Amino acid sequence: MKLIRAIIRPEKLNDVLKALFQTEVYGLTVSRVQGHGGETEMVETYRGTTVKMELHDKIMLDIGVSDHFVERTVQAILRSAHTGEVGDGKIFVLPVEKVYRIRTGETDEAAVTPINVSTA
Amino acid sequence: MRSLKLLSWLLLFLALPAQAQDAGEATISSGDTAWMLISTALVLLMTPALAFFYGGLVRAKNALNTMMMSFIALGISGVLWAVLGYSLAFGEGSAWIGDLSKVFLKGVGLEPSGSIPHLLFMAFQGTFAIITAALISGAIVERTQFKAYLWFIALWGLLVYAPIAHWVWGGGWLADLGALDFAGGAVVHVNAAAAAVGAVLFLGPRRDYGRQAMLPHNVPFVLLGAGLLWFGWFGFNGGSALASNTSAALAFVNTMLAPAATLIVWALLDLTRTAKVTAVGAATAIVVGLVAITPAAGFVPPWAALLIGALSALPSYFAILWRPRTRFDDSLDVFAAHGLGGASGAILTGIFAQSTWNGTADGLLFGNPEQVLVQLLSVLAVLIYSSVVSYLILKVLSLFIAVRAEARAEARGLDVMLHGEEAYAYGEGAVLLLEHERANGATVAPAPHQQPAPTS
Repeated sequence: MKLIRAIIRPEKLNDVLKALFQTEVYGLTVSRVQGHGGETEMVETYRGTTVKMELHDKIMLDIGVSDHFVERTVQAILRSAHTGEVGDGKIFVLPVEKVYRIRTGETDEAAVTPINVSTA
Repeated sequence: MRSLKLLSWLLLFLALPAQAQDAGEATISSGDTAWMLISTALVLLMTPALAFFYGGLVRAKNALNTMMMSFIALGISGVLWAVLGYSLAFGEGSAWIGDLSKVFLKGVGLEPSGSIPHLLFMAFQGTFAIITAALISGAIVERTQFKAYLWFIALWGLLVYAPIAHWVWGGGWLADLGALDFAGGAVVHVNAAAAAVGAVLFLGPRRDYGRQAMLPHNVPFVLLGAGLLWFGWFGFNGGSALASNTSAALAFVNTMLAPAATLIVWALLDLTRTAKVTAVGAATAIVVGLVAITPAAGFVPPWAALLIGALSALPSYFAILWRPRTRFDDSLDVFAAHGLGGASGAILTGIFAQSTWNGTADGLLFGNPEQVLVQLLSVLAVLIYSSVVSYLILKVLSLFIAVRAEARAEARGLDVMLHGEEAYAYGEGAVLLLEHERANGATVAPAPHQQPAPTS
């Protein structure tokens, strides 16, 4: 299994979710995060105070998948999160030592995408 | 239109200020003046209230831009009204438009206009010009270039609002026909909604429209705005009597009753359709009821106000359900709320007006069926003129400046991109820009340095 961690633009979240669901990736976790990816700072002014905002709002997705599902998941995110401007984000693919599904106690491949519905 | 009697008085005084001051009955009433001072402040409050109503309905990234579209009208439309608009609307002029006789408030002083100071009448009317311009913004939020919007409402106030106010209230052709518009069903609401239609047709939908759900980011703001609008509307309708008299009391009470009825009907429609009464629906219902009673307020008996409120819920409710399925991105449903609400109210005024209550005119139910046709004509005339001219103003503006925000700005949010501010800034990652950096206009990033962990 692998853990796919993707950092994307907030305004691209809907597109990415749609692409993932079409790829039959249903299990994921979404976090709101802030980060800096080399994009130019936005300058903001509040009365006399001028600041540059070095951190940008981003969305982080964590997706646990079986090995054979890694490539299609990554491709779906690459396709749907892309704008071509600095700040589109990153995808990390991390090894996973152990996975448990809390509801059933299933482990590893049985506990991540794709979800097998063979056992009743 | 205020009562015909008041209008003819007004015209007399505008035409003959010197004689009017000498005439015995042309005195200023302290009671009337007190009520009109309060009403003017109440109507002015409606524009910030509208900012909250609209601001809550958009996404967080566009909250300030949306609220600023209302707030900036307090400046632009307010100043232009005193400089030129008032003269174009209430100068004697022709049947179509006023004249330049009152430019820069020339001759607008403390002499009586009716029973209040002329200057106060000008200010009261000015608050109407402001909110009407602000109302349009709801249709074109989240995608309009702010600079273009400033030009738009400036030109619109002079080319559309002032002539239409003249037609109905300034002794123009609709006044001559006897159109009844107590506080601005046609002049304010149908007018703003028609302009909204023209603007939406020119600007097109938001880029995410029809692809993504775009939800209200702060429903409590929407409710707050609706509540403050209702409060301000007592001045809008009650003040349109231009005196502290029985007509004001009738308009005031009808302003309380009609939205109450709309709220009930809207809630029942919600209940039967989804089994849930929604808060955004309730706030919308209040506004629709207020819009519908606006042309009728001082003309109809209270039982008719309840009926007008109840009936006006139907067209607006179903239009709001249907509109998002089209490509017509009237984002905050200005046409459904103000256009259909205003038209329903104007036509129902022609049915329920009763001279034993208003001392002026009867409607269909009281033996004057032609009034309905006059009302219909006034709605259609405003609808056509305002939508066409609004479209043309944007067309001409687009030859000189961009009227739509760039795709990138629309995606990132107009608050940061057009105003350099955020509605909900946490201050994390904000680095003070020092004097020399500002002077260079430099935004060259130093290597990202360690930030101390934010403490909270």
